[in-house]
Amino acid sequence: MSVLVYTESENGKFKKNAFEAASYAHEVAKQIGATVTAVSFNAENNDELGLYGVSKVLNITNEALKTFNAKAFAKVISQAAEKENASVIIVSSSTNSKYLAPLLSGSLKAGYVSNVVAAPESTNPFTVKRTAFSNKGFAYTQIETDTKIIGVSNNAFGISENKLDATIESFNPSINDADFSAKSIEIDRAAGKVTIADADIVVSGGRGLKGPENWGMIEELAEVLGAATACSKPVSDMDWRPHSEHVGQTGKPVASNLYIAIGISGAIQHLAGISASKVKVVINIDPEAPFFKAADYGVVGDAFEVVPKLIEKLKEFKAQNT
Amino acid sequence: MKILVCISNVPDTTSKINFTDGDTKFDTNGVQFVINPNDEFGLTRAMWFKEKQGATVHVATVGAATTEPTIRKALAIGADEAIRVNAAPKDGLFVAQQLAEVIKNGGYDLVIAGKESIDYNGGMVPGILSALLDMNFVNTCINLEIDGNNATAIREIDGGKETISTSLPLIIGGQKGLVQESDLKIPNMRGIMMARQKKLTVVEPIDAVQATTDIRFEKPAPKGAVKLVDPNNLDELINLLHTEAKVI
Ligand SMILES: Cc1cc2nc3c(=O)[nH]c(=O)nc-3n(C[C@H](O)[C@H](O)[C@H](O)COP(=O)(O)OP(=O)(O)OC[C@H]3O[C@@H](n4cnc5c(N)ncnc54)[C@H](O)[C@@H]3O)c2cc1C
Ligand SMILES: Nc1ncnc2c1ncn2[C@@H]1O[C@H](COP(=O)(O)O)[C@@H](O)[C@H]1O
Repeated sequence: MSVLVYTESENGKFKKNAFEAASYAHEVAKQIGATVTAVSFNAENNDELGLYGVSKVLNITNEALKTFNAKAFAKVISQAAEKENASVIIVSSSTNSKYLAPLLSGSLKAGYVSNVVAAPESTNPFTVKRTAFSNKGFAYTQIETDTKIIGVSNNAFGISENKLDATIESFNPSINDADFSAKSIEIDRAAGKVTIADADIVVSGGRGLKGPENWGMIEELAEVLGAATACSKPVSDMDWRPHSEHVGQTGKPVASNLYIAIGISGAIQHLAGISASKVKVVINIDPEAPFFKAADYGVVGDAFEVVPKLIEKLKEFKAQNT
Repeated sequence: MKILVCISNVPDTTSKINFTDGDTKFDTNGVQFVINPNDEFGLTRAMWFKEKQGATVHVATVGAATTEPTIRKALAIGADEAIRVNAAPKDGLFVAQQLAEVIKNGGYDLVIAGKESIDYNGGMVPGILSALLDMNFVNTCINLEIDGNNATAIREIDGGKETISTSLPLIIGGQKGLVQESDLKIPNMRGIMMARQKKLTVVEPIDAVQATTDIRFEKPAPKGAVKLVDPNNLDELINLLHTEAKVI
């Protein structure tokens, strides 16, 4: 019996969420007395996975699978699950994992629980804790099917080291043209930019910044911190910033270690989407802004004065600490 | 082209969330229910296909009779007909099996669902549907064009977007971007009057598997008070983030 984990990579390198998913898989395997098998697509350093408790890697080397394709990837993972007699399948909460997991669920008739934030509370019955109601609550969900699929929330369980020597096996799944009936024809992604999904730190701006011309300091602050940039909904609705930066209940969820909100009031829909972040800092001119009730640290002040000063101070801090 | 828009009936985004019966049930007391925002974008895009390409648009929901005001709203926005599967939505797999039956019987070319419901945030139904029905599937869809049998969709990916070429029958998990926020359709008086005359068919559920059960709920632990830092003493903020919060 095994726990199967889908370990995501990009250009041959594992993503951080692959290590988090593997760490989670190791915990589940420990609880049910099984071992962890990873499925990796065109990855280079498969032995890296051993560090996070993976004992076997099924590595697929296939040109056709260089670009993510949900249907084809789901098919490969289900073949791997069958081969390994997997009772639990672990995926991350990336856009790609959330695309393929329901396909697996439908084809394997396996219960799928997304946004899981902690190790299983029990494994018999199999119960996990997930966020629900857009982070305004948690649900304890019991999975009743023989095969179970768990989507692990970003940054919630964390990465833990459990060093094993992973054996690496090449895996040749059977796929055909019909699996590519939804075909990627173009990918448009800013190179070298930290994405909201992967970022440890997110710097976010709201309507308090008055206009798109004032985003220079937001980008500079993000650059100093190695952070991703984000914004509130009205900011993207007015096209000050791209829609992909809109975070909140109806935008992207944020689960970073640090979220810095600048000129954002802290409306319930905004907070719902970012509350999974561990530490929240708010910079707002209005001491009554609701965000101060949801934040860990706050600065009451004018962003146009505070942010440039903060950038200078952080540069000094970085210079001393590296 | 025949389109089905799947509508999930969810608490309004401003709702405070509470639980009852020893934290085993969501407390609907005083909660206003609305069309799931992701589905609202999909519905408006469907209206565009109706106006520009002569599509027929149906909406479907799996839910008790209490969901009817929400479906009527979708009819008032302009959908031609509605179907309600008379069952409590137990979980994603259960709902998808019910909708799959509706889709098989209705012969739809395009099924528009949302990437997730904003209540339980499953993000499951459209993907499971595509697996059950072997229909093409594009998730986190932010743009969709249909030309004859061919479809070109843009989906959001982490850090950018991807263009996908595919064909009908197709199912999408939609979200904001499918149409602009400012183009969202809201029902007018005439639409509301017309909706009363439109067909709303109630069908009984089929036997279906339920894979998961929410056994209890919990609210997040209350937050401690914010630590305020003087804007003239930002060194302290950096120090707190470094030594106390350990995030920089
Ligand atoms: C169905 C629905 C879904 C929604 N979903 C989302 C969502 O997903 N995400 C989201 O963000 N919103 C969402 N909203 C919108 C939400 O209700 C708020 O309107 C929005 O979050 C407000 O954005 P804001 O804080 O940038 O702007 P505002 O509310 O206008 O706040 C601006 C803030 O900037 C401060 N400010 C002004 N000048 C300065 C200065 N010089 N320095 C520092 N601070 C300054 C002000 O004090 C104020 O607090 C949704 C709304 C609805 C109805
Ligand atoms: N009870 C339901 N009835 C009809 N459609 C639903 C229902 N639940 C979910 N959906 C559809 O599936 C999408 C994703 O929902 P979920 O998988 O619950 O996050 C929603 O945006 C709807 O389009």
